[in-house]
Amino acid sequence: MQPTFSSSRILLPVRPWFIIFSLFAALLLNFLPTAHWPGVPDWVALVLCFWSIREPRRVGMGWAFILGLAMDVADGAVLGQHCFAYVLLAYVTAAQARRILWFPLAQQALQVLPMLVGCQLIQLLMRMLTGAEFPGWGYLTGPLIATLLWIPVTFLLLLPQYQPVERDENRPL
Amino acid sequence: MAGTDHAPPPFFKRGPAPLALLTFYIAISLALFVVDLRLRSLDLLRQSIALVTDPVQRAAQTPGSLVDHAGGYLRGLHDLLDENARLKQAQLQLAPNLLRLEHLEGENERLRKLLAVTEREKANGAVARIMYTARDPFSRRIIIDKGQQSGIVAGQPAIDEAGVVGQVTRVFPFSAEVTLITDKDQTVPVQVVRSGQRSVVFGLGSGQLELRYIPANADIKEGDLLVTSGLDGVYLPGFPVARVVSIERENSYAFARIRCVPVAAVENFGEVLVLSPRQPQPPAPPESPGRTGNTGAPSKAAAK
Repeated sequence: MQPTFSSSRILLPVRPWFIIFSLFAALLLNFLPTAHWPGVPDWVALVLCFWSIREPRRVGMGWAFILGLAMDVADGAVLGQHCFAYVLLAYVTAAQARRILWFPLAQQALQVLPMLVGCQLIQLLMRMLTGAEFPGWGYLTGPLIATLLWIPVTFLLLLPQYQPVERDENRPL
Repeated sequence: MAGTDHAPPPFFKRGPAPLALLTFYIAISLALFVVDLRLRSLDLLRQSIALVTDPVQRAAQTPGSLVDHAGGYLRGLHDLLDENARLKQAQLQLAPNLLRLEHLEGENERLRKLLAVTEREKANGAVARIMYTARDPFSRRIIIDKGQQSGIVAGQPAIDEAGVVGQVTRVFPFSAEVTLITDKDQTVPVQVVRSGQRSVVFGLGSGQLELRYIPANADIKEGDLLVTSGLDGVYLPGFPVARVVSIERENSYAFARIRCVPVAAVENFGEVLVLSPRQPQPPAPPESPGRTGNTGAPSKAAAK
């Protein structure tokens, strides 16, 4: 059976300020003192991934780079670590955007999982190769939780774009 | 728009090709990564970005600290009275030592003058509150609430009431980053109190420390206290650093494997004292070729 484009309703155009607001909110969530709890997802990677799939023309590698720099400084990590991972994430998601959007939400989440895991793995590799300590397997559980959050996050971030459902006998759409 | 007939209409303009952009950004990121890691010369860039991210980060910390404050408020009078009584008792117990300290220091100074030995440096410092642990899961660092504005400079040691906590590694306008002694490969030159043997203690990254370059037959026991030796010019001598917990001696290695745990509450939140930088030491005499110094390797930040 051929998949249908069932995952999207007809949406209002996105408001640029809402994209900026959501990315900023993700940054704020990342700054919360939850870094040492296992399983807390990288919110910036998740929201960036979402917008990069939905609006690849508006949110791309430039945003990824700037957010990565902010994360590097805030984390006290090596400069360029998050930049590299986020830019790569933005590129891969933008390249796959058209294909991923074709699937229903649950399958989208499964497609996003390897990208988010890759984002963490790249950072892990970069730091381990340069002699940092291994942070424990809890570090890689973040993307799993992020994948589970894909459906609620999609709903939340698309909320301002939904139109009121009005039934009209003469207009089937 | 004359002369641009052959260019595509702006309708199709999408900027540079994604692959070109990717290459560009990746090149910049990797350059930043290498320069920051190897040359450590990007502090100005880091500080200017921190000017923007720092307020946001402080704002994000407020919910947690509000909960803490509320918890402290609700803890009740009874607990506080108990704690107060305990502290008074502790102070009384320490009083004899403290009262005689000034007298002893004066005497020590006089005797040192008589012996024509240089005077001991006094420990001064600034108390700083630990704001939060750095988010980076690959290292062990904490952020304190004093920075350039309070005259903190990189390299200053930080101690708490029990012993050495770490060393200031980066300074921002209103905060500073302290690398804990348990961070991987963070070094502190130490001396065993009981035998006077000098060595260097390395962080293992697992919350423990390792005393390296001690010969397998050296006089060292479990429970030995290690204090700073002061040879590095960074730490004042005599601050407790760690206690030896296990010693493995194997015949195949020249050195013993000695594990230690820090004396200070290194991984707990609280307050630290950032000691002011030491006075510069006289230059070391030129090394004679036959002798290699096996003690007092300079710590990371001191070498910078």
